[in-house]
Amino acid sequence: MATIAQAIRMALHTGEEKLGVKDIFGEDVGPPLGGVFTCTQGLKTTWNAPLDERGIVGMAIGLAMAGNRPVAEIQFVDYIFNTIDLLKIAGNTHWCTAGDIEVPLVIMTPVGSGIHGSIYHSHSFDAIATHMPGWKVVLPSTPKDVYGMLISSIKDPNPVMFMYPKALIRIQGEEKIPGEPEDPKELSRMIDAPVGDRSQWKPLWPTISDFEIPIGKAKITNDGTQLTVITYGRHVPICTKIAKELSLEGFSIEVIDLRTLLPWDKEAVFESVQKTGRVLVVNEDTEVTNFGEHIIRSIIDQCFYHLTCAPKLLAGVNTPGIGLAQVLEMEQVPQEKHIKLAILELLQTDA
Amino acid sequence: MPKTKAKTKASLSPFELAKSRGFQALKVYHNMVKARVLEERLIKMSKSEDGYFWIGGPGEEAFNTNLGYLIHKGHGLDYDYMHFHYRQSATLLALGMPMIDAIRQMNTKVTDPFSKGRNFVNHFVKNEWNVMPVTSPIETQYSIAPGTAWAQKKHGGKGITIVTGGDAGTAEGDFATCLNFSSRPDMELPILIIVTNNKFGISTPFEQVHGDRVIAKRADAFGIQWDCVDGNDTVASYNALFEAMEYVRFSRRPFCLEAHVSRLHGHSSSSGAARIQSETDCLEKFESFLESELLVEKNELQAIKAKYEEEALLALKQVREEPYPDPSTIFDYTYAGEM
Ligand SMILES: Cc1ncc(C[n+]2csc(CCOP(=O)(O)OP(=O)(O)O)c2C)c(N)n1
Ligand SMILES: [Mg+2]
Repeated sequence: MATIAQAIRMALHTGEEKLGVKDIFGEDVGPPLGGVFTCTQGLKTTWNAPLDERGIVGMAIGLAMAGNRPVAEIQFVDYIFNTIDLLKIAGNTHWCTAGDIEVPLVIMTPVGSGIHGSIYHSHSFDAIATHMPGWKVVLPSTPKDVYGMLISSIKDPNPVMFMYPKALIRIQGEEKIPGEPEDPKELSRMIDAPVGDRSQWKPLWPTISDFEIPIGKAKITNDGTQLTVITYGRHVPICTKIAKELSLEGFSIEVIDLRTLLPWDKEAVFESVQKTGRVLVVNEDTEVTNFGEHIIRSIIDQCFYHLTCAPKLLAGVNTPGIGLAQVLEMEQVPQEKHIKLAILELLQTDA
Repeated sequence: MPKTKAKTKASLSPFELAKSRGFQALKVYHNMVKARVLEERLIKMSKSEDGYFWIGGPGEEAFNTNLGYLIHKGHGLDYDYMHFHYRQSATLLALGMPMIDAIRQMNTKVTDPFSKGRNFVNHFVKNEWNVMPVTSPIETQYSIAPGTAWAQKKHGGKGITIVTGGDAGTAEGDFATCLNFSSRPDMELPILIIVTNNKFGISTPFEQVHGDRVIAKRADAFGIQWDCVDGNDTVASYNALFEAMEYVRFSRRPFCLEAHVSRLHGHSSSSGAARIQSETDCLEKFESFLESELLVEKNELQAIKAKYEEEALLALKQVREEPYPDPSTIFDYTYAGEM
């Protein structure tokens, strides 16, 4: 099965071939490297931008205003912060101009912890990205979703912040992207650039069937009736694994992979919460003014009388950064043991 | 490098040269007066119940009118893209904007074609003419403009991108971004990078907070040609803009042009917007020039002003009767593709 890195490449290839993408750019995005996470290897329209995030975002906005469909990468989300006023412009332009100008761009950027990234390669951007109305903000967690949602992001007439979890970039998916070869080794031979000299290398793209995953639709990764876990990004596989394990002990836990943060799938969340009455939101952003707080507030507004106990948010601790030492990161970002404990506590809380 | 001097017939005066390049003195004069009258009306509105904050372009009419007349106006990559500062009313008028539209924006009416009552005055946008949105954050337009220029470079044709902004804003990194993105080897951009230098950012003199003295000279480090012009000299402005735009249009390379302009009513309504007598007035200068060169009588010029004053006043009366935006529309246009 493809990895997230390969899924991004294949989606961008489709973008180049079928969706009018003419520029894929960012720091080290072009040849020879094809991105520090190899997400842009072998593509036709990639180029290396100067080390200038404001220039990269500005270029994307200008291209989009001129009717192009640019895809720009910010190498790590940790370095997006000096572009925020430009991001705000991308998000507010359609509103400010009363519909005169559209800004159909995609910014893709890896987020979060899990690669021993220490203080400046572990940031999350959920809270800030969702604080910029006019943007669509997505954070898929599997290669198949990454492929399908990147296609929708490119097609969307709005700016889309396409975040993907750094910790999962090289993990093979459990579900096949329709059309990818059966054997992952075969896919690797086709589209992974060789080590060493690549000047003569060309990828052999598999034919992916037309498919996309809409922005704004969550996915239930485990059905359940006693508790709803709402999560996204790198915590999806962890929460799903816990739910499956606990089902062997007789617990029934529903896990929702939100996939899109703006506009998020309220329907799916409310429906699940009205069924289970218990809520745990899990993410890795710092916990103060966390996006999960918004989800919980919305649940309280809409599902209060269905709740059996107080909803809980389990998020990153409110520290200025993530420490490099493994023992520090393990205490700063919710891990399997913390999530399992929180789930069991909620299940045991009396109505 | 400083601009290589255009080869011109030595015998031609700057005025004759400008005329040979399409400069129409009376047409330019009309637009300058119209812009001045409009801005004076907008200032009055800001001091009354008819409006709020004012910021705009009195003092830049000479330069900005010429710019407007030299632009290839239209929609799409074959025409010129504009990323403007908030002192550009004379350019928009020269492009064909009716006065009343700016008055509508000041009066926050739903008929304001740029933002339906959402944005400050002089925050223009018009996709149909490639006028990209004026936004309040200083200097962001210099990061965005290379995007339309790159789209034009790839497309081919003769369309160029024009970006304008003030002197103080060039301290932001976006200005360097623009110079760098515009001058990458094999990716040089057809972009005219303009700085309208009025020597101030609000209250802070340029010279107090900058070590360099000629802003356009920064282009040198990037191998970009540059020039400086007295923006209060209508004819010189036309010639400088003509040469800069021809260069960008045909070489498909960047050019940086610094114009020294006046700020006749100070920064904005927040600093009172009173007329500052010590600043040179490009309109008065051009009037004297016309009187001596074209032998136009002073009273003829006064009649032109009276005509536009009446137009502005009538426009205001009409706009007062137009509706405000309906508060139920606040979410409209949050996203493209849905309503
Ligand atoms: C990024 C940013 N910082 C501060 C301001 C507030 N502000 C508005 S205009 C201005 C001065 C701009 O001076 P200059 O660039 O010389 O343009 P001018 O107004 O003189 O034409 C400032 C500081 C702003 N709008 N944007
Ligand atoms: Mg200034």
